[in-house]
Amino acid sequence: MVEIEIDGKTLQVEDGSTVIEAAHKLGTYIPHFCYHKKLSIAANCRMCLVQVEKAPKPMPACATTVTNGMKVFTHSDLAVKAQKAVMEFLLINHPLDCPICDQGGECQLQDLAVGYGESASKYEEEKRVVPDKDLGPLVATDMTRCINCTRCVRFTAEIAGFQELGQSYRGERAEVMPFIGKTVDTELSGNIIDLCPVGALTSKPFRFSARTWELSRRKSVSPHDGLGSNLIVQTKHDKVLRVLPLENEDINECWLSDKERFSYQGLGSADRLTKPMVKQGGEWKEVDWNVALDYAAHALRDVATTHGGAAIGGLLSPHSTVEELYLAQKLLRGLGSDSVDFRLRQSDFSADGKRAGIPSLGMKIADISGLDRVLVVGSFLRKDHPLIAQRLRQSAKKGAQVCILHSANDELLINLTARAVAAPSQLPALLAQVVKAVCALKGASADAALSALTVSAEAQAIAQSLASGSNTAVLLGNFAQQHPQAATLQALAGQLAKALGGKFGFLGEAANSVGGYVAKAVPSGSGLNAAAMLKDSRQAYVVLGAEPELDCADGALALAALKKSAVTVVLTPFKSPAMLDYAAVLLPVAPFSETSGSFVNTEGRVQSFYAAAKPLGEARPGWKVLRVLGNLLAINGFEFNSSEDVRSEALGAQAEFVSGLDNGLEGVRLDLSAAGGAVERVADVPIHFADALVRRAPALQKAADSAVPTARMNSAMLKKFGLDAGQLAKVGAGGTAKANLVAQLDAGLPDGVVRISAAHATTLALGPMSAVLSVEKA
Amino acid sequence: MALIDTINPLLTTGWAKGDAGWSLKDYEARGGYKQLRRVLESKMSQDDLIAEVKKSVLRGRGGAGFPTGLKWSFMPKAAPVKYVVCNTDEGEPGTFKDRDLMRFDPHSVIEGMIIAGYAVGAKAGYNYIHGEIFETYQRFEEALDQARAAGYLGDNILGSGFSFDLFAHHGWGAYICGEETGLLESIEGKKGQPRFKPPFPANFGLYGKPTTINNTETFAAIPFILGMGGEAYLNLGKPNNGGTKLFSVSGHVNRPGNFEVPMGTPFAKLLEMAGGMRGGRKLKAVIPGGSSAPVLPGDVIMDCTMDYDSIAKAGSMLGSGAVIVMDETVCMVKALERLSYFYYEESCGQCTPCREGSGWLYRVVHRIEHGEGRPEDLDLLNRVTDNMMGKTICALADAAAFPVRSFIKHFQGEFEYHIENKKCLVDPEVQRMGSGFFKAGNV
Repeated sequence: MVEIEIDGKTLQVEDGSTVIEAAHKLGTYIPHFCYHKKLSIAANCRMCLVQVEKAPKPMPACATTVTNGMKVFTHSDLAVKAQKAVMEFLLINHPLDCPICDQGGECQLQDLAVGYGESASKYEEEKRVVPDKDLGPLVATDMTRCINCTRCVRFTAEIAGFQELGQSYRGERAEVMPFIGKTVDTELSGNIIDLCPVGALTSKPFRFSARTWELSRRKSVSPHDGLGSNLIVQTKHDKVLRVLPLENEDINECWLSDKERFSYQGLGSADRLTKPMVKQGGEWKEVDWNVALDYAAHALRDVATTHGGAAIGGLLSPHSTVEELYLAQKLLRGLGSDSVDFRLRQSDFSADGKRAGIPSLGMKIADISGLDRVLVVGSFLRKDHPLIAQRLRQSAKKGAQVCILHSANDELLINLTARAVAAPSQLPALLAQVVKAVCALKGASADAALSALTVSAEAQAIAQSLASGSNTAVLLGNFAQQHPQAATLQALAGQLAKALGGKFGFLGEAANSVGGYVAKAVPSGSGLNAAAMLKDSRQAYVVLGAEPELDCADGALALAALKKSAVTVVLTPFKSPAMLDYAAVLLPVAPFSETSGSFVNTEGRVQSFYAAAKPLGEARPGWKVLRVLGNLLAINGFEFNSSEDVRSEALGAQAEFVSGLDNGLEGVRLDLSAAGGAVERVADVPIHFADALVRRAPALQKAADSAVPTARMNSAMLKKFGLDAGQLAKVGAGGTAKANLVAQLDAGLPDGVVRISAAHATTLALGPMSAVLSVEKA
Repeated sequence: MALIDTINPLLTTGWAKGDAGWSLKDYEARGGYKQLRRVLESKMSQDDLIAEVKKSVLRGRGGAGFPTGLKWSFMPKAAPVKYVVCNTDEGEPGTFKDRDLMRFDPHSVIEGMIIAGYAVGAKAGYNYIHGEIFETYQRFEEALDQARAAGYLGDNILGSGFSFDLFAHHGWGAYICGEETGLLESIEGKKGQPRFKPPFPANFGLYGKPTTINNTETFAAIPFILGMGGEAYLNLGKPNNGGTKLFSVSGHVNRPGNFEVPMGTPFAKLLEMAGGMRGGRKLKAVIPGGSSAPVLPGDVIMDCTMDYDSIAKAGSMLGSGAVIVMDETVCMVKALERLSYFYYEESCGQCTPCREGSGWLYRVVHRIEHGEGRPEDLDLLNRVTDNMMGKTICALADAAAFPVRSFIKHFQGEFEYHIENKKCLVDPEVQRMGSGFFKAGNV
């Protein structure tokens, strides 16, 4: 620790701190533009110049490290003169277009100009004009406003992991630009809008739609992946116009993925269901709520009476709130059905009944940054969990070793220590090899089932990395959770963590991947799980927030089952042609922005939020709809007056974290068999197709991550099928041709594998995400 | 012609009387690589070697004049990977000494760098060569091949167990790459932009490793210093200004070119060696150390000796030793306009004051030169330069400001005349006469 004095106030700060960090500790504001606590120091804007005793020149507070006894003056004549000088330089070529600039009112340059600028400019020469750049569908540019602070440049290089922006040309002609003909395609691109201290980079979807001071702000929580990013939802006239990150160092830090930032556009989609609808004689009719609810209640009661409650199945979206999930399962159970599930994309349920508790991350999200060895198993990490990937990227830079074991070889932009890639069927055996190798290295006894395995070089490399650490974790991604041998993978991860003395857990796929368990939205007793209730189709279904044909492990099967059912009651914010085909009643429920509710994120943190806007049309919060349905069905215990009441019953006493989390597994027989020979499908869920809301966000749908799915395979596989990249492939599953897809070379894929994304209309017919495929030239 | 004239040639021994050959055998014939051999064979300690250089009071010849021995002593001893880098990115307007050094005696630079590598414990070096002198770069590559073939470079040099290799790297002509940390960035393949210091290159240099970076002339002086001894070298010059220095004299003199003279030689003597003023015209002003140095009026410079301290006392800088001589036919506004354009063009654009200020300065001077000056412009220029100086990462903003301030300070009347009368004080006809193409006589 060193002691320094800032403006006469002394304080102790850590060795190696900068003056600006010390000043922030004291609450002393030093004006700055290029400095950002999460980015490297550039010291180029020169706004933070301060006087340091004995230094002949003013020093940049952002880049000057403290020394013992240093005396800093942030408001001395020398300092203020320097700061004003810099402000004058910043303004001479800056357009005075604040009245038409989206940044107006929330602009760092505008704010600081009030304090450090003159009322009139002495600059009477011609001003600079800089051509705008096309950065893609999300970020708009007005490069003439750019002050060349290079925050955006450093963000792409350091946080997003790949430098997509740079400063070209020299001097006054310096321009920030992407590579020629390229856009900014990172899944984190929207953050450069927040980072830009001026109006050079603004939100394309939000552009020109409101002034910042006209917006109402509400704290909220992202309804997408399991992270539960904190949001500021901004509305005008009850319409969500913008979403910004709410800083939370324990969760999303100060970042948001593009999905979280721009999915709000889907809230205003033309697909929004704004009135209850019932199908009568094959015709859809918009009806009043009481009619629709009566209809739904009677239909469900009829099925329960005629076929027994077990004939009803509940398919609940893991993106629903805890309150909705809790009431939905309570409703189904009240009707006599235990067939209720929110784990729609899961295919292996053999761990049910063998779990020690609710599966979760097994640690705090913030703890990830402190791990020194990490193995990620079965994850499209960068797209499935952009901000967790970001944390691991930073850790790897600081010396942590990150390894991945997966069925695809996507660029994670993380400096990986080792990676092993194998066809899905080989994945359990590959992980088992790592377990065996780690046990050998650690002198622990390995499971007898592993004795016959030969450890491959890749598995050995991963094992060696893991065994050399002191704070390790194994993280099971979405692909591992959706894997047909998910229970085996979980059991192996548990063994591995035990041998390492480390942790293991799941990267929650959806906002309520943990909350669904807490809300009891899983089958019990003889109830059927999500896969079983589709395979063995039900007389009636209650669908909450999901589009089963896109959100289930086997969309084709889901569609067939729903079509076959006598009654399907759908509680949804959106309608779709498929829904109009299979449903009997459509009840418009509010999306996350129009209801109060809670998400329990992947670490088990309870995050409740209020509605940011009034429900659109006659849509109503899901918990209210379910409450009334419960009343109409005369089910006991539905006398709730607020979502808080529901939450109290679902979660018990209010606590920051839920209890009962445990990734332990008892009595799972390791299934290390590998189906050989066949062509296996590797299915990812593309980031912008993962849920009903993001699928309807127009700007995101234009982004690079929203490309139409292709049939990706390595060159040997292309050759095997006589295909060239770019040619059309006829892909079948279960014997008959089902989809024509463009063949694409993906050299990182293992042999025996064709990668075809799920959650997309063009690949729906292929059935299960883990299908065995046939491929031929179309 | 290689060198125009010299008193007591040292660095230019080999080519003072015309091109005596640049190749290895020529260099060896005049005693080249003897000092390297001596250092290696005697297993001279690094400390002794650095002490000898310190004794010579050799000051960096690139412009800043930092004591070389001291700079070498900053290198951390324990670091496993270290570099030596030579700055031959000679871009300062008026300077052309390194070009000739490299052209006529590249092996002196190579020998100096190997010895420096030995002194600081580096195993590899780079010479960053200005992009516009591509033939010189090619010749240097050839010289490196010769040195490698002769066993002066590579593993186990001369059987001493010391290994060192040297690589040439040519730039593309950006002035800012001559700033040492901008140069390091450029070698690393990045945009040439100076780094914030500290950390200095001795701690965080090329690829983040401790690095000693010196000017070409500095390295070339090393073998000669070791040859004659640090003290003798110092005594060639004057106290605190050791040795000889190459001066590039350009402008309105009869014999422009490079001159090697002892530090402390009177300016009048240098001017005389350069054949005096062209056409016997009157000396108006001199920029004594490259375009970034403040201009000095003729009568001031005539009282100076050519060394760091004397020029500094007169209010300018010895810089790289580029002496730009201007006679009475020069319009100082026009001269400043050209200089300001250079800095406007060459600012890297990183720091706000330089990026924005260098263009502002140029535009105002341009206006004055073109008859659109305003009475308040001189105050404005002074204020803008004041706001630029000392507020940026590197010294380019200062370099852009110094000419403006010094030109206005010493020739204010001429600027005022320009603003008031919307034309030059020096008649355009006279200017044309002065700037006519001049063919240097055969010396």
